[in-house]
Amino acid sequence: MDIALAKDWIQAIAAAMDTHKDRLTQLDSAIGDADHGANMNRGFSAALAAQESFEEDEVGRLLVKIGTTLISSVGGASGPLYGTAFRAAGRALTTAEPDPAEFLAALRTGLDAVQSLGAAAPGDKTLVDAFLPALDAFEDALRTGGDLADACARAARAAEEGARATIPLQARKGRASYLGPRSIGHQDPGATSTALIFGALATAAAAR
Amino acid sequence: MAAAHPQLDVDVSAKVIRRAAATRAGKVALLSGGGSGHEPLHGGFVGTGMLDAACPGEIFTSPVPDQMVAAAAAVDQGAGVVFVVKNYTGDVLNFRMAAELAADEGIEVRTVLVDDDVAVQDSTWTAGRRGTGATVFVEKIAGALAEQGADLAEVAEVGRRVNELSRSFAVALTACTTPANGKPGFDLPEDEIEVGVGIHGEPGRRREKLGTAREIVAGALEAILAEPVLTDTDQVIIMVNGLGGTPLIELYVLFNEVVAQLADRGIAVARNLVGNYVTSLDMAGASITVCRADARLLSLWDAPVNTPALRWGI
Repeated sequence: MDIALAKDWIQAIAAAMDTHKDRLTQLDSAIGDADHGANMNRGFSAALAAQESFEEDEVGRLLVKIGTTLISSVGGASGPLYGTAFRAAGRALTTAEPDPAEFLAALRTGLDAVQSLGAAAPGDKTLVDAFLPALDAFEDALRTGGDLADACARAARAAEEGARATIPLQARKGRASYLGPRSIGHQDPGATSTALIFGALATAAAAR
Repeated sequence: MAAAHPQLDVDVSAKVIRRAAATRAGKVALLSGGGSGHEPLHGGFVGTGMLDAACPGEIFTSPVPDQMVAAAAAVDQGAGVVFVVKNYTGDVLNFRMAAELAADEGIEVRTVLVDDDVAVQDSTWTAGRRGTGATVFVEKIAGALAEQGADLAEVAEVGRRVNELSRSFAVALTACTTPANGKPGFDLPEDEIEVGVGIHGEPGRRREKLGTAREIVAGALEAILAEPVLTDTDQVIIMVNGLGGTPLIELYVLFNEVVAQLADRGIAVARNLVGNYVTSLDMAGASITVCRADARLLSLWDAPVNTPALRWGI
């Protein structure tokens, strides 16, 4: 993972959020308050601008900058959660160009920070349900000799499956939790946006 | 809003609404905020006797920590700032981050979390009871105490006590339409109501056939008064609040029922608010908030207030 790939990743996320903002909002309309697409699109538009003016060459510092930008521009629960994920992952990187294993370890640190902030466990019908399987798939790919592009592609597929697997779950965190059993049958918007973020990573890595 | 209320200073770039006139040195400041779309909450409660500043977010989306830190720095008079935070995950997380950042800047912050909505059951399996109508009571009573010169701990303590003594319940006749979504958040047949809705158009916990005002109030009061903290009450402050699309005449019908049904239980309505105070854009419906009040809380309730949405005693 080098700075050029990291920047391509942010650019691909911003494009994905713009393309899928209506879908995210529709999913949020079913079990939340119908603003997730607008919020994520606003946040990653700001992140794209931050990425374009970022002149240092350390991936970690870019991710911290993106996280801070998300916290300052998204609002709601998504801003602090995604912002904290990027900031924690960025701070965990100690080398300017981390190898895939170091990058994975940083993403795990990001997930830990999100779980600790939101107090969410797997199965609560949150972004954790896409984030965690993505990292496990990434790790499996590296263990079986895959390169960064393979690992990112498998992570993206696992995140997408994880997001779909939230459909039968009952929400226990966030606004969807107020619906109780009525939250069952709807895909979680946060898990869906996490799948978009991993999808963007796979797209950026495949284009190298 | 700035055009209508010259006593407010609306900083559009920092997204902070605050009192145009400076407060005295040493006064504890009160700061609240949350998603827009609930007007007059919160900007409408900025002024003498209530909030020093409010941070509006995007529609139904919590504001961001930068706004809160800018607001806290602008209104801190050296005595600290009380954050009044409604229990929604986004508000809680953003205000928590703001409190940490404010502390880094040497501003002392205490947080009062409002969670009065009894429609949320099984709260250990959810994000917990939502903060709704009691926010107005907390801001009014804690704001009065701050105006009288109490210190940071005392102001936060009375705010927490008001929250503890308050419960709310809401019903909706229609969903609201957020601009991001462009259509109602849920479909509701003409003859049904959504019972136990939140203030973001999120559906309630169940649906019922539309009943009479008497039946709606009976159900709400049963849920509100079920908790031990509210059972030995003989006088209360009541708010019958419109969610945005309900005419005042219907709110008065509900209020009349509330007074009668509480009288049957031996509870006197000492003070009341009937009107639109915590709205959900265009949602038709109403919430009922009950706060058990002793003489001290009533005296703080009666203290002068001068804000766009509440004004008396001046």
